[in-house]
Amino acid sequence: MLYFLQQLINGLTLGAMYGLIAIGYSMVYGIIGMINFAHGDIYMIGAFVTVIAFTTLGIVGITWMPLALMVVLLCAMLFTAAYGWTVERIAYRPLRGSFRLAPLISAIGMSIFLQNYVQVAQGANVKPLAPIITGGIQLGSDGSFSVGISYVQIMVIVLTTVLMAAFSFLIAKTPLGRAQRACEQDLKMAGLCGVNVDRTISTTFVLGAALAAVAGLMASLYYGVVDFFIGFLAGVKAFTAAVLGGIGSIPGAMLGGLLLGLIESFWSGYFSIEYKDVAAFGILVVVLIFLPTGLLGKPEIEKV
Amino acid sequence: MPSAVSKQALPAALKDAAIAAIVAFILFLPIIGMQLQPGSGGLDVNFRLPLVLIGAAIVFVGRLLLGLLGSRRRAPRAGPSIMERVAAGVAANGRWLGLVGILFALTMPFMPFSNRYVVDVGTTVLIYVMLGWGLNIVVGLAGLLDLGYVAFYAVGAYSFALLGTTAGMGFWYCLPLAGLLAAMFGLLLGFPVLRLRGDYLAIVTLGFGEIIRIVLLNWTNVTNGPNGISGIPRPSFFGLDFARSPEPGTTAFHQYFGIPYSGEQRVIYLYFLILLLALITNFFVIRIRRLPIGRAWEALREDEIACKALGINPTNTKLTAFALGAMFGGFAGAFFATRQGFVSPESFTFIESAIILAIVVLGGMGSQIGVVLAAIIIVLLPELGRDFAQYRMLIFGAAMVGIMIWRPRGLLAHRSPTVLLHPKGGPRPADVPPSVKEAGA
Amino acid sequence: MREQGGLEVTHLTMRFGGLVAVNDLSFSARGKEITAIIGPNGAGKTTVFNCLTGFYKPTVGELAFMGRDGRILLEQLDGFVIARHGLARTFQNIRLFPGMSVLENLLVAQHQPLMQASGFTLLGLFGARRYREAEKDAIELARQWLDRMELTHLADSPAGALPYGQQRKLEIARAMCTRPTMLCLDEPAAGLNPRETAELGILLKAIRDETGIGILLIEHDMGMVMGISDHIIVLDYGRKIADGTPLAVRSDPEVIKAYLGEEDDDELPPEIRAEISETAARA
Repeated sequence: MLYFLQQLINGLTLGAMYGLIAIGYSMVYGIIGMINFAHGDIYMIGAFVTVIAFTTLGIVGITWMPLALMVVLLCAMLFTAAYGWTVERIAYRPLRGSFRLAPLISAIGMSIFLQNYVQVAQGANVKPLAPIITGGIQLGSDGSFSVGISYVQIMVIVLTTVLMAAFSFLIAKTPLGRAQRACEQDLKMAGLCGVNVDRTISTTFVLGAALAAVAGLMASLYYGVVDFFIGFLAGVKAFTAAVLGGIGSIPGAMLGGLLLGLIESFWSGYFSIEYKDVAAFGILVVVLIFLPTGLLGKPEIEKV
Repeated sequence: MPSAVSKQALPAALKDAAIAAIVAFILFLPIIGMQLQPGSGGLDVNFRLPLVLIGAAIVFVGRLLLGLLGSRRRAPRAGPSIMERVAAGVAANGRWLGLVGILFALTMPFMPFSNRYVVDVGTTVLIYVMLGWGLNIVVGLAGLLDLGYVAFYAVGAYSFALLGTTAGMGFWYCLPLAGLLAAMFGLLLGFPVLRLRGDYLAIVTLGFGEIIRIVLLNWTNVTNGPNGISGIPRPSFFGLDFARSPEPGTTAFHQYFGIPYSGEQRVIYLYFLILLLALITNFFVIRIRRLPIGRAWEALREDEIACKALGINPTNTKLTAFALGAMFGGFAGAFFATRQGFVSPESFTFIESAIILAIVVLGGMGSQIGVVLAAIIIVLLPELGRDFAQYRMLIFGAAMVGIMIWRPRGLLAHRSPTVLLHPKGGPRPADVPPSVKEAGA
Repeated sequence: MREQGGLEVTHLTMRFGGLVAVNDLSFSARGKEITAIIGPNGAGKTTVFNCLTGFYKPTVGELAFMGRDGRILLEQLDGFVIARHGLARTFQNIRLFPGMSVLENLLVAQHQPLMQASGFTLLGLFGARRYREAEKDAIELARQWLDRMELTHLADSPAGALPYGQQRKLEIARAMCTRPTMLCLDEPAAGLNPRETAELGILLKAIRDETGIGILLIEHDMGMVMGISDHIIVLDYGRKIADGTPLAVRSDPEVIKAYLGEEDDDELPPEIRAEISETAARA
């Protein structure tokens, strides 16, 4: 039972991070119908900015935790958002209306580029981050095994909840959200009705990147290491989460993220840790085949 | 264009370039400008502000030039672009270029500049050429984006590695088996997923490729895990081995022909082997494109719904493309295993799939000669020097994006019809009145 | 219903969620005849086509078709199988293979017989004679239709480069190259100018008279429909409101109401109403 509880806590933490990245995939897919393959690498850049910012703050001498955390969060979101914006501007915007596989291939190219850009600029070795938030709360123990929730995990879950609430408000209640929903329905028509389509799409990428940056911050604090390759696996898993929840749906992305995090955590806890990635990929394949619209997605009617 | 327009364009381009430079500065500041380094107590930051400024300046100049050139190019150009004409020219003279290429490939090992290293690199190029041609069936002809092609390459390599080391079977028996097994994996994967939309299919194939790699990595009893399988049999030349001292009772290649032993003999033999395999692939693809199945692949790429209305079974048709593409991947994999004498999961990562895809995409989807060119560029780039090796994948990624924007169907993409009603004389496509062509755009 | 190309639709209903696109529709279309389905936009005409050609599975209903190999029930078959039984169609928004040449478009239409002749690719790969001859025949059939449509000089150009009117013609030629027993045309005159429309009418009548196949037609151009149809079915809101000869349908009060609105609907100024009635009468 205690073991189960521990896996649950770990799974929720993992799921929160997947969910935040998945929202970026889902929003972009909803609005321009493409898989932003480079999104995982945006997350990776978020993690790098986090580590760089923390280290710089340490050098400058700002060590009061809440302040440092706020500054780093802002830096990560800002700089990563700039990457999200640029990626869309350079690699995707010129391809709107091109043949259907072009944006995806361009996105793959972008992903390879970003990985190697970071590798060349920052070196290939793993960057360890000294633990910043340490300690936790012990929830129970039966002598040999103790269950705990670390402060990092609490931060991850709380921050995700707050961001989700803010984000839902943004989509439901603001003009930006309305423009976004209009673009989701029909890009051309939204443009004709006076929605600035380019700006809306750019904003979507910026928002998605900012959320991925938060996930990157969480991951670097949680795992304590970053390297240039973390984006690939995280990206594919977050995409799986987005598909599982129903791509295009933001609550779906979060739900899919949580489910995937739980599945992965229980799988590694009870079956085999080596095959945990197979579990994730397997879910992706099975969901796409049997439930292509995901849990909360809307069915797509084929127009003849 | 009159110069008045470019005068107006200058302030706009300057503003545009300034914005680009500011954005570049923001982008470069953390990643390039603040390099993480192992320091005394954990990490340290190495500030490199000059590098960021130089980067931003380059972006400024580049964007300015692009902006000025772009404004001059507003005027609609008459006729096809230069690259289109080159591509059409290459396609029209494909037969000649192909012959010259084959002649060069055949004589290359005996050229004065040639040595063991050159032949070895040539072999690597040809493996990628073959993989590119194989994947071209799936991506170029059938329009199915396969991001897990390397899985079939791995299936071919491991099936020969396992059969060769455990059952002691030779290369020539295993080659067809490896292709067959890979094709079966293609069918197995394709059957459930080929109904999916294009981009979903891409992700599922990526997942499949990763699953295969993870299984190879962890199924230690069979695959020996990350350590891989070594001691894979080398190919023989009609039963003649390439060994200095052959096993008792067998004859080695150099003994049979009465020439002195040289390590180069096997290298050259492997080179010709892959050349043969690649040419078979090429012949096959050129042939099948003109057959009903090949036309059906292209038709499916263009419009699946129309295909259904004409009685074409989309699933089966895609499945054949997928399985045939996989088969050639399997052949190449078996060759890879026998050439290296060693396989490990490391050789079959997603990046490998991406490289093969890049070859197809850069060369021009559906263009056979384009694939050769792209394979040469991509393999030779890191051979030019260590610096290039570091930047290879960087250039790669950028090139994939750039090519998609510039020529979404690839550099040498040009489609010539598979059959002509008016082969020589009579009205040719070029004779269509210009008004007709414009209406289609 | 005995001869080839006959079609018998009974109690066809198609629902999309809450929306009833086609409601309990029954009609028949015979071979050697042109049957037109008309009705205002959104009446469910294209949905009927999509049910017939297997793109939608009808919610309820039986769709019986006298195909090449006898009577089949279309609702039980996949779209591509239906086409093989001799029911060919065109699309409202032309669906050619734009990057392939005109001739290739017509060869793809003959995929099934060519595939068999190529021994499912194996024989064709080695250039077997049987395949070469089959391909020659296929090109010959394509050439006949190209001559007919006056497209021969464009045979080697990409289909996407043709002007709109010729694309429409090519799509019909492509459907005919499948050697159908019934041809379903979804608004073939849409986007054509009056001269092209008139030519299309002549062409369709000629196809009916020479090949003896049945033609099922969705069309908004009343001039053409009234001029060439043997039999007209009128749909409104998914229901059939009239069924008969052009003459009978034209004077049917239900039909006039569907096209012109209720009698007591006097929101329109009288002069415009007069103009509409005049146009309808001329049709």
